[in-house]
Amino acid sequence: MIAFLLILVPLVTGLAAFFLKNEKTAKTWSLLAALATLAIAVAGLTLYKDAQYLEFNAAWMSTLGSSFAIKVDGMGQVVCLLNAVAYPVVFLATWKTHYNKAKNFYGLMLLAQAGMMGVFLSMDALLFYFFWELALVPMYFLCSIWGGERRIRITFKFFIYTFLGSILMLVGILYVYAKSPMHSFSINSFYHNGLSFPEQQVVFWLMFAAFAIKMPIFPFHTWQPDTYEQAPTATTMILSGVMVKMGVFGLLRWLLPVVPVAAFQWGDVVTSMAVIGMIYASLIAIRQDDLKRLVAYSSIAHMGLMAAAIFSENTSSVQGVMIQMFNHGINIIGLWIVVEIIERQFGTRKISQLGGLAQKAPAMAMFLVVVALANLALPLTNAFPGEFLMFNGIFNSMVTQYNIVFTVLAGTTIILAAVYTLNMIRKVFYGATNELTNAAVDISRNEKLALALIVVLIFWMGVYPQSLLNITQETTDLILRKADVLPLLKK
Amino acid sequence: MNVLIVSALWGVLMMFTGAFLKSNATVRFLAITGMLALVVVNILEMKGIHLVDFNIKDMMEFDRTSLLFIAVATISSLIYLLLSAADMERVGKYYSEYFALLFFIICGITLTSSFRSLLVLFLGIEIISIPLYILTGSDKRNLKSNEAALKYFLLGSFSTGLMLMGITLIYGTIGSFDTLMISKPTEGGPTSVLLIAGMLLLMFSMAFKASVAPFHFWTPDVYDGAPTVFTSFMATVVKAAVFIAFIRLFSDAFGNIQPQWQLFVAILTVATLFIGNITAVFQQSVKRMLAYSSIAQAGFMMLSLYSMNGDAKEGLMLYVAAYSLATIGIFAVLIKMSDYTFHGFNGFAKQQPLLAATTTIFLLSLAGIPLTGGFIAKFYMLKAALGTGQHLWLVIFAVLMAAVSVYYYFRVIQAMYFKESEIQAIAFHISPAFKWTLVILAGLVILLGVFPELLLNYYYF
Repeated sequence: MIAFLLILVPLVTGLAAFFLKNEKTAKTWSLLAALATLAIAVAGLTLYKDAQYLEFNAAWMSTLGSSFAIKVDGMGQVVCLLNAVAYPVVFLATWKTHYNKAKNFYGLMLLAQAGMMGVFLSMDALLFYFFWELALVPMYFLCSIWGGERRIRITFKFFIYTFLGSILMLVGILYVYAKSPMHSFSINSFYHNGLSFPEQQVVFWLMFAAFAIKMPIFPFHTWQPDTYEQAPTATTMILSGVMVKMGVFGLLRWLLPVVPVAAFQWGDVVTSMAVIGMIYASLIAIRQDDLKRLVAYSSIAHMGLMAAAIFSENTSSVQGVMIQMFNHGINIIGLWIVVEIIERQFGTRKISQLGGLAQKAPAMAMFLVVVALANLALPLTNAFPGEFLMFNGIFNSMVTQYNIVFTVLAGTTIILAAVYTLNMIRKVFYGATNELTNAAVDISRNEKLALALIVVLIFWMGVYPQSLLNITQETTDLILRKADVLPLLKK
Repeated sequence: MNVLIVSALWGVLMMFTGAFLKSNATVRFLAITGMLALVVVNILEMKGIHLVDFNIKDMMEFDRTSLLFIAVATISSLIYLLLSAADMERVGKYYSEYFALLFFIICGITLTSSFRSLLVLFLGIEIISIPLYILTGSDKRNLKSNEAALKYFLLGSFSTGLMLMGITLIYGTIGSFDTLMISKPTEGGPTSVLLIAGMLLLMFSMAFKASVAPFHFWTPDVYDGAPTVFTSFMATVVKAAVFIAFIRLFSDAFGNIQPQWQLFVAILTVATLFIGNITAVFQQSVKRMLAYSSIAQAGFMMLSLYSMNGDAKEGLMLYVAAYSLATIGIFAVLIKMSDYTFHGFNGFAKQQPLLAATTTIFLLSLAGIPLTGGFIAKFYMLKAALGTGQHLWLVIFAVLMAAVSVYYYFRVIQAMYFKESEIQAIAFHISPAFKWTLVILAGLVILLGVFPELLLNYYYF
């Protein structure tokens, strides 16, 4: 029931939002809806964590071998929680932002949430594909209607890019379906598909295309900085905080266990791409003058690390990815909130035009510094255990011979991240004020609340990451058991 | 059988109404009643109730596929009439004749979807084509319409010639027009060259009627030149009927020599997908874009001919239903527009939110986005093609082209939602009934996407 409600509540409230009258009601309505979803997600973690509440099956398209099977497993808990936490925070933080036809904006946002929930819960490949696309369509409208100047062209590129990826994934799914002995789209049938090695390679690249574009992994990242820049900031938060996790999630649930041999064979290639992307994105981030683009490139670097960790295939790295999915989402939303506040107040995102904000807005400066340090994975902040586990995993990986090279190269991005993040803090918050920032006022209560929530999560996960690690342990073991190819190769 | 008789009689009846009835509204009412009657008598036949019963000497066979398709065709036509019948008044003054011709086309469609003898196929194709030549040229004072009609007629009669030639060659080899007989003797020994030649000629002429590349050259001009109300009918119900006939012919008569023509069909498919999609990208007029989109969609439908398995037949039925419904909806809106270019749709969402929303659903369906009938139809096609277990490149090419198609369908959505315009996009009266019919149509498109079994169950139960 929990699983079903997680999709149903945002779906119904989202559809209802289209019929609301004014902006104020729409905002209150969607915030309440998001809080309700959060309550359900938390209930699924605490009160109702027995299997009977977390699973839901219904007949649907049975002639095709598909069914409406959803389930919250350990990995699902974490990403659903991220999705559920992100929305109230985003709505609170952007409370003051004005939107034309706000009801449509909030309706589409909630529909996107329903789509993403579906992606995280599906236990049926066809259903997974359905939700994967359904999450995309509201995003297309959100970015194209409420985005920046070049929104239409940029969003179109984003849409066609991701659509191309997902339709290739559809071919991959159909290919597994056609070859698997059970002739079903259920995850069980996909995990016991009996594909030969060459067939696995075909499926690997077809499905990898979708996930790599979504994450994005270098060189499929070209849509990302532009889209983040042009999308309305609330949408960017969801896009970068939650939606790109669909790519990571897809790799873990639908790629690694389904085609383990191909993942083993191409692991080095993918990791190389990811590491190149990390260094490349970090170097570009250093040169950025636009705050949004800086955060966008920093996100590419972080996602690259997750990709590299996934293909290292050991408990440490995969567990690291699991908690990092949550932590990266929280941190980047925090960064975007600060960017949004700055942009709303000064009408610019150019680092060169800002300065000395800490004197005028001490609370904002404090929050930003905490979030930025978390982005750097400083100990005690949430990203530290995640990144540590991932680096540890990459270093000790049994599936590649180049683990030391990968670790060293990926490790340099920690330093590069410090360069661009600290540089940004210095230029924006310290130094002398100019005529633009002289009139700065500090953040409002709503924004404080949202940022405080993020800071609490940052420290909680930084000090006690075990609370998430315990939840995901079982899923990690399952994925790694499925992905283990060494006995297969010996045969 | 029911529909065949009733549609022919009703067509004759409609011809006479022009002489006796003064009011166009009565004529229109009569036509819609007639189409409703066709839907009803077809459902009766599906339930096993025959209005007439006489020996057709195995010339035709009303099996589940044909009855199901006739149901799809008549329901689509009914919706088409409900939406666009009033707009036919603007074409010319022979209002009742247009309806008569439409009923004759339905009569032809019943023949082509249930033939067993090649003669009936030929008759059906001709009964469909000749009224279409007339309808294409029905806007008599418009040069483009005249040109389109002439072009269509000349090329169409040429392809009919090819078809007759093919049938003759096959008759010469087999000594029968019956598809069952044709598929029989080739089991075992080598296939006769004459039979292959006849089959190829039939394939070319059917490909022409279905606007499959490289026989598609007439399509954009004819669709563009014909009055938009009739383009809508041509591009949907008629095209669907031709495809159903195409697959019926090749599965019944030539199914056993499939390996000999499969690669050939694959090449036609690739060419059609490529030409249809790539050319559609460069169009400035939505009407012309839809013409090329119909070629592109034909490419996808060709995948069913290529794979020719259980999925393919079910999928084709879904495909023609989803494609026809969505395209009828878009055309119904287009007919009301003052400007047929993409710019004509600028600011449409602000002026007509309901029409824009339904049009968006139709476009999403054509582009193959999940939850719409178009997705599940494409899904079946890909599934069928993958089920053959060879030529994976064909499937990948098809989905690449599907991604291209998103470009031109979404241009309309972009114009409607993201661009502003001061000019009123709608030039003609929109009645509440029109809006409600569109909403129901959009509902059908989504229903088909969520529960495709509703349509396909008839195959099994």
